[in-house]
Amino acid sequence: CRTSPLRQFSQSSLPLHRNSYALSTFCAEHNNIAVVSPTSFSYFALLLQEVSSFGLPPVWTEQDGSSELNIVAVLNCMYDLIQLHRRGLRTLENMEVEQLKSNSNVDYLQLTSTRLKEQLEISKRENTGLLERERQLQLKVKSLQNCLKNEKEEVQKLQNIIASRASQYNHEMKRKEREFNKLKERLNQLLVDKKEKKQAIDVLNNIGRADGKRSLWKTEKTEAKHEGEMYKTLLSDYDSRQRELLMENAELRKVLQQMKKDMVSILSARKPAAKGDKHEHGGTQAASEEEEDEVFDSSKESVELYCVHAREKLTNSIRLQWRRLKSHVERLDSQVSLAQTGETTNTDAVPRETHEEEMDRLKLEIQQCKDFIQAQQQLLQQQLSSPCDEEAASLLSDGYMLQEKERLGEEWKTLEGQRKIFERERRNFTEAAIRLSHEQLLASKQKYCSHFFTYSSIFTSSKVIRQTNMLVYKYKDYFKCFKANLFSLWNL
Amino acid sequence: MNFSEVFKQTNQLCKVSPDGKYLATCVQYRLVVRDVSTLQILQLYTCLDQVSHMEWSSDSLFILCAMYNRGLVQVWSLEQPDWHCKIDEGSIGLVSSRWSPDGRHILNTTEFHLRVTVWSLCTKAVSYIKYPKACQKGVDFSRDGRYMALAERRDCKDYVCVFVCDDWHLLRHFETETQDLAGLEWSPNGCVLAVWDSCLEYKVLLYSLDGRLLSTYSAYEWSLGVKSVSWSPSSQFLAIGSYDEKVRILNHITWKKITQLEHPAVIDNTKATVYKEVEKRPGVGSDEMSLHSITMGTTLFNTQSKYEICPLPVQIPVVKPDPDRANPKIGISVLAFSSDSRYLATKNDNMATAVWVWDMQKMSLEAVLEQTSAVRCFQWDPQRPRLALCTGNTKLYLWSPGGCVSVQVPTEGGFQVQSLNWHCSGNSLILLGKDQLCLCYMDTDQEDK
Repeated sequence: CRTSPLRQFSQSSLPLHRNSYALSTFCAEHNNIAVVSPTSFSYFALLLQEVSSFGLPPVWTEQDGSSELNIVAVLNCMYDLIQLHRRGLRTLENMEVEQLKSNSNVDYLQLTSTRLKEQLEISKRENTGLLERERQLQLKVKSLQNCLKNEKEEVQKLQNIIASRASQYNHEMKRKEREFNKLKERLNQLLVDKKEKKQAIDVLNNIGRADGKRSLWKTEKTEAKHEGEMYKTLLSDYDSRQRELLMENAELRKVLQQMKKDMVSILSARKPAAKGDKHEHGGTQAASEEEEDEVFDSSKESVELYCVHAREKLTNSIRLQWRRLKSHVERLDSQVSLAQTGETTNTDAVPRETHEEEMDRLKLEIQQCKDFIQAQQQLLQQQLSSPCDEEAASLLSDGYMLQEKERLGEEWKTLEGQRKIFERERRNFTEAAIRLSHEQLLASKQKYCSHFFTYSSIFTSSKVIRQTNMLVYKYKDYFKCFKANLFSLWNL
Repeated sequence: MNFSEVFKQTNQLCKVSPDGKYLATCVQYRLVVRDVSTLQILQLYTCLDQVSHMEWSSDSLFILCAMYNRGLVQVWSLEQPDWHCKIDEGSIGLVSSRWSPDGRHILNTTEFHLRVTVWSLCTKAVSYIKYPKACQKGVDFSRDGRYMALAERRDCKDYVCVFVCDDWHLLRHFETETQDLAGLEWSPNGCVLAVWDSCLEYKVLLYSLDGRLLSTYSAYEWSLGVKSVSWSPSSQFLAIGSYDEKVRILNHITWKKITQLEHPAVIDNTKATVYKEVEKRPGVGSDEMSLHSITMGTTLFNTQSKYEICPLPVQIPVVKPDPDRANPKIGISVLAFSSDSRYLATKNDNMATAVWVWDMQKMSLEAVLEQTSAVRCFQWDPQRPRLALCTGNTKLYLWSPGGCVSVQVPTEGGFQVQSLNWHCSGNSLILLGKDQLCLCYMDTDQEDK
């Protein structure tokens, strides 16, 4: 509420613009007294309010009582106001200066920022460029490393080759050196050894030549004959080779002719239906070529032309026919594919149903033939194997078995007999040994007893003991001998 | 299949006469001639020293026995046992001795290959051939016996001399474009001579009979080259085996390579059959033991073996050769065509247990036989496409297009088959052990798997 009259005030009658010092008609000079016009009385109150709002002491108060203004107060107020205004202006100036400064700073910063951005862009681009270069260099390094590896391998291989060649050379050198040394030794030996053994042949009688003919003297005639024979051999070899090649050539030529005939026949069968297509391939030329070929066929059969032109004509015509056949087959293929998709019905193309019927019929035929063949094979096998399997094989195996059995039986019998004999003999020997040992013992006992009784007074007990010991040992020896003999007998 | 009893022999010297009627064996100093069918001793000759080389003459009438340490050659006659002939090379020494194709001349190579002396048994005349080359195969006679090609080395250059065997007339003498000629071989039709360089350079040269160079073939440079060369019996193909484990086939019309046969360690993607020898020990009471084997006694302790067909892919055991040694054990060292030129059998040295059989009509692998130990020797039947091979154990192995079979050689004491030779009729095989020999008579019908 306070500001609104001020605004009103400033807007209507007191323009406080710096540059215009519009004098106010607020106060009119009238009798040297400042008389406030009645129209501006309210405004005077507003002024007072304004002054007080500025913090200045009031210019006029109602307490004065006079309508006269205090000049001093007014002057002071004016002065204060002017000061205020001046301060305001100064701050304004400062602020403007500040603003200018900051504007220029902002401009400067903007400039620097754009510059830096540009620099950043440039350096980024440079960076990517450098990265690209580095990548390329890396690739180059890799490829160079590969090359290096290959070269190293190559070098290694060559070194290996050199090493093997070197070892081969060394080996040869050593061999030659050894031979040389042997030669030197032999030479020394021959020089020292005065008597030299000459070469000689010693034949009981000359034998005749293998072919029974007499040998001829070496003359120019024989030399010429040899030359002649040599050339004859070579010529006959070349002749035979040429004959073989001619035969091969004729066969191949025949095959080519046959092929050409077949191709022509196949193509001519399609002629009436595909006459339009013929014109695509340069029909007139083709027709004339075929006529020519037919002419050639008959002539070739009668006169065999082996000149280069004839050969070339044949191969060229074959090539042409082959090309035609190929295009024809391709056309057929495309027709078949079209027929399958059902777009066109070509009278040339075989209808699919009849084709399939044919296929089924053929398959059935094949199966029947296979079955027939299998049955035949089985019958044949039965025929061949039945006589062997049933009779001969089993008989043979039985026969072998019986034979083996018999042999084994016989051998076993003989072994058994031998074993029995050995057993008997062993028993006899043991009995004999036992008997013998008994007799020995008895004999020795008797001897001992007789000795004892006759010389009983003389022998002391120890002697007797010694003697009996000796006898026992003897007896043991005898027994051992007999045992050994028995064992040897058993082992026979 | 019947096996004869075992006879003694020394030095693997055991040869059948060219007419197929007699079998000559050397036992220490003696030369024993037997009848092939009955194996009865027909003649017995005594030489002056242990025989190093023995050879039949082409007409089966004479036998040559060479004793290299003594420098002697003795010739024996089958028709007249008291006929004798002794050639003494004297102090010049003897390194090799052979018959000429007419059976009336003997060619002796002196020590250090100083010269080749041609002795005539008809006239006692002597001819000399100078500067023969000491190489893998320096002399070859054409199949019809009319010409002899001899490698010569003169002034550090290689030459080939072609002689007419009739009168030893020098027909042609030409230089070859080789660095170091290693061998030469006539084609079976006698019109082309194949000459190859040493392994340091892959080069095969083909010369016509009259000395013209027909063609040169070189598959690659620098690596070790040709190891073995073989003509097909029809003269159509020339097979070249090299150190790179491949066989290259040249054709006789253009002398260009028509195919190359590779020997990979892993066999896959082929229609060939791979036969693997599998050993099986006979258990008691198995059905393998027939009465025959019980009475033989020793077969109870010999391991039986049979062939199994392996499904592809198959890995062949490879032995890497020592890289520092010369003549490394790698590459195709043996090539053999069957008599009808239909099949080619090859052996790669670093897969020593495998034999590869190739079909020449299809130019593809037909079969691979993988044995339990290294293959020592294989040879085609001269009459039919049947391959016999041995690996140094007591078995004999046979392959034919119908199948493969392993046969135990039934001898007491174990007879280790180290090499074998077919009889010219193809009806029997001569098996040679270290110092024994045994004949194997084939049945007339083919064996099956």
